[in-house]
Amino acid sequence: MTRTPTKLEESIRQALTQKDILLMTHIVLGYPSFDDSLRVVEDMVEAGVDLMELQIPFSEPMADGPVILRANAGALDKGATVDQSFEMAERITKEFDIPFLFMTYYNILFSRGVGTFVEQCEQIGIQGCIVPDLPPAEGQEYLEAMQKAKMSPVHIFTPNTPEPRMQELNEKSAGFIYSVARKGVTGKDTAFSTELADYLAVCKANTDLPLAVGFGVKSREDVEFLRGKADIAVVGSETIRVMETDGVKAVKPFIQSLVA
Amino acid sequence: MKNSGYFSQFGGAFIPEILVPTFDELESAYLTARDDPDFWQEYLDIMSTYSCRATPITRLDNLTEQLGGANIYVKREDLNHTGAHKANNVMGQGLLTKRMGKKRVIAETGAGQHGVATATMAAKFGFDCTIYMGATDVARQRPNVFWMEQMGATVVAVTEGSQTLKDAINEAFRDWVTNMDDTHYVLGTACGPHPFPEMVSWFQSIIGTEAREQMLNRTGKLPKRVYACVGGGSNAMGIFSGFMDDKEVELVGVEAGGRGKGMGEHAARLAYDDATIGVAQGYKTYFLQNTDGQMQETHSVSAGLDYVGVSPILSHLHETKRVRFEAANDKDVVEAMQRTVRNEGLIPALESSHAFAQAYLEAPTLTSDDDILINMSGRADKDIFTVADAVDDPKWRDFIIDKAEAYRQEMNND
Repeated sequence: MTRTPTKLEESIRQALTQKDILLMTHIVLGYPSFDDSLRVVEDMVEAGVDLMELQIPFSEPMADGPVILRANAGALDKGATVDQSFEMAERITKEFDIPFLFMTYYNILFSRGVGTFVEQCEQIGIQGCIVPDLPPAEGQEYLEAMQKAKMSPVHIFTPNTPEPRMQELNEKSAGFIYSVARKGVTGKDTAFSTELADYLAVCKANTDLPLAVGFGVKSREDVEFLRGKADIAVVGSETIRVMETDGVKAVKPFIQSLVA
Repeated sequence: MKNSGYFSQFGGAFIPEILVPTFDELESAYLTARDDPDFWQEYLDIMSTYSCRATPITRLDNLTEQLGGANIYVKREDLNHTGAHKANNVMGQGLLTKRMGKKRVIAETGAGQHGVATATMAAKFGFDCTIYMGATDVARQRPNVFWMEQMGATVVAVTEGSQTLKDAINEAFRDWVTNMDDTHYVLGTACGPHPFPEMVSWFQSIIGTEAREQMLNRTGKLPKRVYACVGGGSNAMGIFSGFMDDKEVELVGVEAGGRGKGMGEHAARLAYDDATIGVAQGYKTYFLQNTDGQMQETHSVSAGLDYVGVSPILSHLHETKRVRFEAANDKDVVEAMQRTVRNEGLIPALESSHAFAQAYLEAPTLTSDDDILINMSGRADKDIFTVADAVDDPKWRDFIIDKAEAYRQEMNND
């Protein structure tokens, strides 16, 4: 299948001419506060992160594990709204020159109106979205709006996904494919094994897009393991855990330790 | 999946990618069972030998006379094993779990009824069993936790979110996305992603099928109105399904009116105007949420009705006006329960008492030519701690204080 690369895919391919594995990180907007979100993004970009997922907090984050779950709840307890998330994201995309995506659950899009949500994303310079509870069969309106806005809908491959389904998901995606390294929710341990390598080879064979790998990536060894097997290593819960344990200032050295 | 699982605009399957093959498998097992008369026969056999089916219909002679209107009949789902209609659903899903070759079941529970029912089923079929229950509910429903643990289930107290039913559902899904290969999630009500709303309604339809025939045998005609309380909606779907095609029978769903209208004061998604359409916990329906789509706190005297969403099938029946939705407030519900206990010696659960409250309100406006039918979805004597608080009984409080004191002395003497 031939497709016109989106801006996100082009940026990723451009970055891949300089390094052989990129780093994507994940933060929950408004946790512990919006000011902290901004500071963490700044530190992450300075530390060499290549792209970032900004999660708009939701009260029922079904696919997230304890760390990100608590971050969602923490942001909402402080009164985080979707408008504030958009305002912060706009500031972030203006200030920093890497691609940013939104990650959130479908009700956030649905409540705002899917078309409006996507248009606003485009206006503030967000390049793609990951919506883990929206399979393509339920997402026709979303996919059409994303295509119209030339934005990237990112879908997920899992170890349970049969190959024909991977091809279907690949066709509905743009930007990159996010493969989860194992079953379960975010923020638990992953065995970086031959089995994982085999699974990633299957993922690679079923997409023409760059391949990101997330769930349980938390050390330099993990990132090294992924080199040559995937294009993007995703570090999600671990950065939030570092921030919770050692404070916002610890995030930058942690990210540097992953890519040094 | 073969079927999109939509009832007009409600329902669907908004599930994480990792569960797509699991839902395909479940849908296929469900559709195969539905087409297989042997499956339903096995289900009927087990419900008549392990639970108390067919449950009878009781006429409320004294209250019919007192209220002076319609003849009041009650479908006795309280006589099921574990004391509620929940048994119908769990035994059905248990048989399906066996067919799928899975060895472990998980479930969410609010007040604990569905947890206890699932634990009995797991004990009978020899499944491993984990029950997710909000920490708040664990703290206030110790007797149910006690029985679940006695039956060998692991009860996990969920400390996330509001620590109630919806958080227990999220946590059960988190277990399932990890352990789907050997585990079936026994969702407790007619909510969640397709095929759960349809499948749970199918198992519960045993209530309505029996009730229709029993009313015809007993009175020679169909009831004028059928009342059921609505939390997630499974007992309502169960009894309504028997009368769905009888257009002359009015179906009345009664939600938790709590302390009255206003967000946070009740759990009435359809009877009041506070809920809006959204997508959460894998399905599209009316939710009590804010304009951003964040779920809000709910309140009800009965934990079993205290839930942010409602069956997508009932949202559909609300929009098509096939079912009329009302809300009964906490005070009227407790009064209706006490009235039933005192005058009839029946002990409806606080959940079921919502249906009784609405029926008692409407019975005097009808005539003695009319029959009405109330679904008594469960009994309250097993919820004695909650009920004693709801009726504010001082003697019960003294008893607990004395009991606690006796335990304390026993521990000090050890």
